Amino acid sequence: MNGIPMEHGLVLAAILFALGFAGLITRRNMVFVLMSLEIMLNAAALAFIVGGAAWGQPEGQTMYLLVITLAAAEASVGLALLIQLHHRFKSLDVDAANRMRG
Amino acid sequence: MSLLPLTFLLPLVGTLILALARGTLTARAIAVVGVASVGLAALVTAWLAWNFQVGEVFDMTLWTWLSVGDFQPTIGLRLDGLSLTMLSIITGIGFLIHLFAAWYMRGEHGLRRFYAYMNLFVFSMTLLVLGDNVLLLFLGWEGVGLCSYLLIGYYYQTSANGWAAFKAFIVTRLGDVFLAIGLFLLFNALGTLNIAEILTRAPEVWSEGGLEVQLAALLLLGGALGKSAQLPLHTWLADAMAGPTPVSALIHAATMVTAGVYLVARLYGIFELAPVVLYLIGVIGALTLLMAGFAALAQTDIKRILAYSTMSQIGYMFLALGVGAYDAAIFHLMTHAFFKALLFLSAGSVIISCHHEQDMRRLGGLWRRLPLAYAGFVIGGAALSALPLITAGFYSKDEILWETWAAGNGGLMLAGLVGAVLTSLYTLRLIIGTFHGEMKSDNARHAKAGRGLAHGLPLLVLAILSTFLGAWIQPPLAGVLPASPGAEAEGIVRSVVEILAATASLGGLGLAAWLFLSRRRWLAERVAGGWEARLWRFWYHAWGFDIVYDRLLVRPYLGLVHVLRNDIIDRLMLVAGWTAWLSHRGLSHTQSGKLRLYAVSMAMGITVILIVLVLGG
Repeated sequence: MNGIPMEHGLVLAAILFALGFAGLITRRNMVFVLMSLEIMLNAAALAFIVGGAAWGQPEGQTMYLLVITLAAAEASVGLALLIQLHHRFKSLDVDAANRMRG
Repeated sequence: MSLLPLTFLLPLVGTLILALARGTLTARAIAVVGVASVGLAALVTAWLAWNFQVGEVFDMTLWTWLSVGDFQPTIGLRLDGLSLTMLSIITGIGFLIHLFAAWYMRGEHGLRRFYAYMNLFVFSMTLLVLGDNVLLLFLGWEGVGLCSYLLIGYYYQTSANGWAAFKAFIVTRLGDVFLAIGLFLLFNALGTLNIAEILTRAPEVWSEGGLEVQLAALLLLGGALGKSAQLPLHTWLADAMAGPTPVSALIHAATMVTAGVYLVARLYGIFELAPVVLYLIGVIGALTLLMAGFAALAQTDIKRILAYSTMSQIGYMFLALGVGAYDAAIFHLMTHAFFKALLFLSAGSVIISCHHEQDMRRLGGLWRRLPLAYAGFVIGGAALSALPLITAGFYSKDEILWETWAAGNGGLMLAGLVGAVLTSLYTLRLIIGTFHGEMKSDNARHAKAGRGLAHGLPLLVLAILSTFLGAWIQPPLAGVLPASPGAEAEGIVRSVVEILAATASLGGLGLAAWLFLSRRRWLAERVAGGWEARLWRFWYHAWGFDIVYDRLLVRPYLGLVHVLRNDIIDRLMLVAGWTAWLSHRGLSHTQSGKLRLYAVSMAMGITVILIVLVLGG
């Protein structure tokens, strides 16, 4: 791990997070929304790894495992919602599901 | 004697059963529960009366109601001659009327409601007369007022009945407020609510004719006037006839409206200390009995005639109270309960038989069709007009007139005598108009006489009690109420008064027979136009009290309400409402249902929080 400064890792994580967020707010197709969300989660997990490596602590990797588990659970729920969305609206556009608008 | 609480617990149980059994009881079961609860209470009362010695006082404290420092009113009962008399009237006549109602109300909707209210009424009225403190008395007082309101408005689908109930409630409430203030005054000055203690302490604290005791007596009188429909709070009773006829018989003739008489007799010590107020009671009684007598002459609805005659008879009771003849008042209260209940139940029998026709102008000639109701009317009417020697009403009314004379109030006695003539006049007019002459409508021509035990038995028992046999029942009042002015002085003067009273009654009957039988056409012509017609209309509207009250009180009040409806302070209050509504509109726009917008706003929120944390830290 020597030679890669912590800043580089964190900047990479920040870029990944920003990319994921940009995808989240620009994409209307729910598959891409879920993918963007996955990227954001992994960016956050990367920040943990970088931090753990920099200070030589194992908690960084523990948190990564937790995040991965969370991501898996989120993906299953998200995919179930995706199937329902397609089933109800015959479309993957998340803006179609706006019936509860105020 | 330990059975005493049963007299009010049984009707309460009846009420609860009927109130809670929603749709699970058949009409027959409802009637059985409603009648049996009061019937059992009447049996308990009979047992108590059997074991009661004259002059005996039985106290029973069930539990302490509240405990605030020295103020510890109890749920305590007191049975003495006066409360036993009232209790017997309430449960005994109450039972007969409940039984009659089983015939009268069959097939009606809301039978469960009817019996629940009736039992609740008996419960409240029993508490009123048994309470050993004025707080419990007041509880019963308000309870009977509530039941009266509920039962007047029983046929609530007709809005006029609802208004009549409203009127009764509001007018009697006016009296109740006076009563409540009077009770506060008593407690403030005497430091107790117990009736026996009030009566012993009042002469120690107050001297006769003092300002405070006069005020207290006046306020108590206000409550009695409202409940007993005396001038000037009498306007509600005639409208109260909107309720079913058994209700009119029980509440608006036999029991509740006499509560005012009971109150004055119960707290006689206060009134004895205020002779001016006591005299005022007599004057109000005399005025009411004359006013109501003339009003009854002009009515055409048989129930309204009976209502005005009730007012008039209670006027006699107040007259007796006013001259200090408390036992004569209670005696007349009892006989009046007998014959007026009989008259009302007979009227109920006529009304049901004639398919709910109760206007005399559309009845007539019914005596052959409805012999039992006719007999009831004749016997009750004879007692009402105090036919000498053979009716209960004669003995009680004669006693009142005699006591009035003995107390030295010739003017009041004259009013009583004129009232007796009026009573005979309107009673015979009622009987002739309803039962004689030709039948004036199809409802009368197709009359079907009532049958069955529930119809016949109450009429029969009350008819027997309305004759001289009823006058043999002497209320055991010795030692409870002070001796009346004419108690000792017997002799020739008394006989003269008796003959005068008999002459007034018979003279009235003779005059009525002459007017309504042989001079009927002449009478009809006179009443058709001119000043006689105006006088007749004036009496028909009961001396125009309703119109005066409407102009003087109701309309100004409604006008004030109308003005206050749009006031500026109310508008200021609306600012809060407007603010809430506007923010609601604004916030509901943010709920667009667009997922990506939510994500953006969430990210912006987090960014703002982070900036604050970084800069602030």
